[in-house]
Amino acid sequence: MRADLEIIQQWVKPGHHVLDLGCGDGTLLDYLKRERNASGFGLEINPDHITTCMNRGVSVIEQNLDTQGLDNFEDNSFDIVLMTQALQAVRRPDKVLDEMLRLGDEGIVTFPNFAHWRLRWGLALSGRMPESDALPYKWYNTPNIRLCTFKDFEALCREKGIRIKSRRVVDGQHQNNWLARFWPNLLGEIAIYRITREKT
Amino acid sequence: MPDSLPVDSVGVVTPQTYHFETPIELACGQALERYDLVVETYGELNADRSNAVLICHALSGHHHAAGYHSMDDRKPGWWDTCIGPGKPVDTNRFFVVCLNNLGGCHGSTGPISTNPATGKPYGPDFPVVTVGDWVKSQALLADRLGIDCWAAVVGGSLGGMQALQWSLDYPDRLKHAVAIASSPRLTAQNIAFNEVARQAITSDREFHDGRYFDFDTLPRRGLMLARMVGHITYLSDASMGEKFGRELRDQAYKFGYDAEFQVESYLRYQGERFSEIFDANTYLLMTRALDYFDPAYEFGGDLSKALAKATCEFLVLSFSTDWRFTPARSEEMVNAMIAARRRVSYAEIDAPWGHDAFLIPTPRYTDIFTAYMDRVAREVGA
Repeated sequence: MRADLEIIQQWVKPGHHVLDLGCGDGTLLDYLKRERNASGFGLEINPDHITTCMNRGVSVIEQNLDTQGLDNFEDNSFDIVLMTQALQAVRRPDKVLDEMLRLGDEGIVTFPNFAHWRLRWGLALSGRMPESDALPYKWYNTPNIRLCTFKDFEALCREKGIRIKSRRVVDGQHQNNWLARFWPNLLGEIAIYRITREKT
Repeated sequence: MPDSLPVDSVGVVTPQTYHFETPIELACGQALERYDLVVETYGELNADRSNAVLICHALSGHHHAAGYHSMDDRKPGWWDTCIGPGKPVDTNRFFVVCLNNLGGCHGSTGPISTNPATGKPYGPDFPVVTVGDWVKSQALLADRLGIDCWAAVVGGSLGGMQALQWSLDYPDRLKHAVAIASSPRLTAQNIAFNEVARQAITSDREFHDGRYFDFDTLPRRGLMLARMVGHITYLSDASMGEKFGRELRDQAYKFGYDAEFQVESYLRYQGERFSEIFDANTYLLMTRALDYFDPAYEFGGDLSKALAKATCEFLVLSFSTDWRFTPARSEEMVNAMIAARRRVSYAEIDAPWGHDAFLIPTPRYTDIFTAYMDRVAREVGA
């Protein structure tokens, strides 16, 4: 069991209606459907992923967050909105976060930490854009156009009045790493944030 | 004609006619006392009768969706690209049913059938039928075939509208509804094109208020024009450009009004051929059924409210260059399903062929359709 899925699953209540932004091949939604009897949809743009979702029985909508937005979804129409490993690939992550919390009470966001020591080390030593398990692309072909660190993300949340309910940190293979708990922004590779609107 | 049948063909098929003696009440208030439905089936119904798929035809379609009627046939059925062994609607796994709808002109009771009250063809006296009426008659056919629940109801264009209607009228009698290149209702532009087609037919001097059989003639010219207009809306600017461009039949302009461009002669040929094989009253009726289709109407225009009744899972597909039923129309349907919390999957397929793309097997279209139907088959144990 992938540690990140295990963590996310704990935050989804039985029967929750879930929207997964950038649902990939539907692994997470399929898992939530089986383990949590969750309903809901995935949004995806990769044709092969969409086909896989359809074949495994995950409801998937071809929709591009950057060009089409999320206007077609009504306010508070989901219990939880998920976005795993896609925040760094959208044009305006700040607006997507707003949208997530417009559509759902809660959001779960995971993304790779650009301040992980190996990336810092790689950049400092070689002077070239770092690559890692979590970020396996070249600078010119990477879909990850909005890389940030855990600190950056948390600063954005503060600015936007978004409350971080929990944060868990895993390594590039999505495994738990106890070391990362002590110094997440240096030692954590991927963070899983559970967010909600600050009560006003 | 195929010298030998392709391995992925359902082969030579024979249509069957089912007689119905119990009157069917229609949306217009009239009833048909008795009627026939002509049907083709492919594949075998399994022991628990769970593997049946209903194929609904579009405006000018009919029951002959796949295979050949004889070894002399030049072309297979209209959706042979998608129905057959190993094809998206895999006849090794599914029992596939396709019928000619009421009001059609290919064997099911329609304007060219004999009106028992007069002993003459119904002609314009045949009642205007709706998508809902078709679905009702299809449900009666399912009863006759011993099918309680379709694994899927599948259709393109007007056929997709029938799939949607099924999900609303008989929610417990289908597991999946597949609506391809379809729309939850016609736009003003769609209705306008239909009206041009109808005007072309009814203003033909040979139309005789629909009683052309009494005069031993056919409104060929009107039907040809109707088809020409329709045909343009089925293609895209790009696909017409690709196929014909500005190509001339001869080398130079002739400074007249005969068919000089290839596209003109193509449209004329298509129109003429169609006018020989299709009934004008049926064409009027089918276009009207399209105009009237609007399941959201009785819910104040809110399709998601109409969908509250549906329990099946939906697959909706659109094509990028379809301007008859644009991707936006499919998305309208999908958004209503999302709002109603129905299970739905949607993809917009990049294809240059306009509305006709639903009949043409592009790789992504075939992949998606196959993947989805494979899952349907697994689900029903086929």
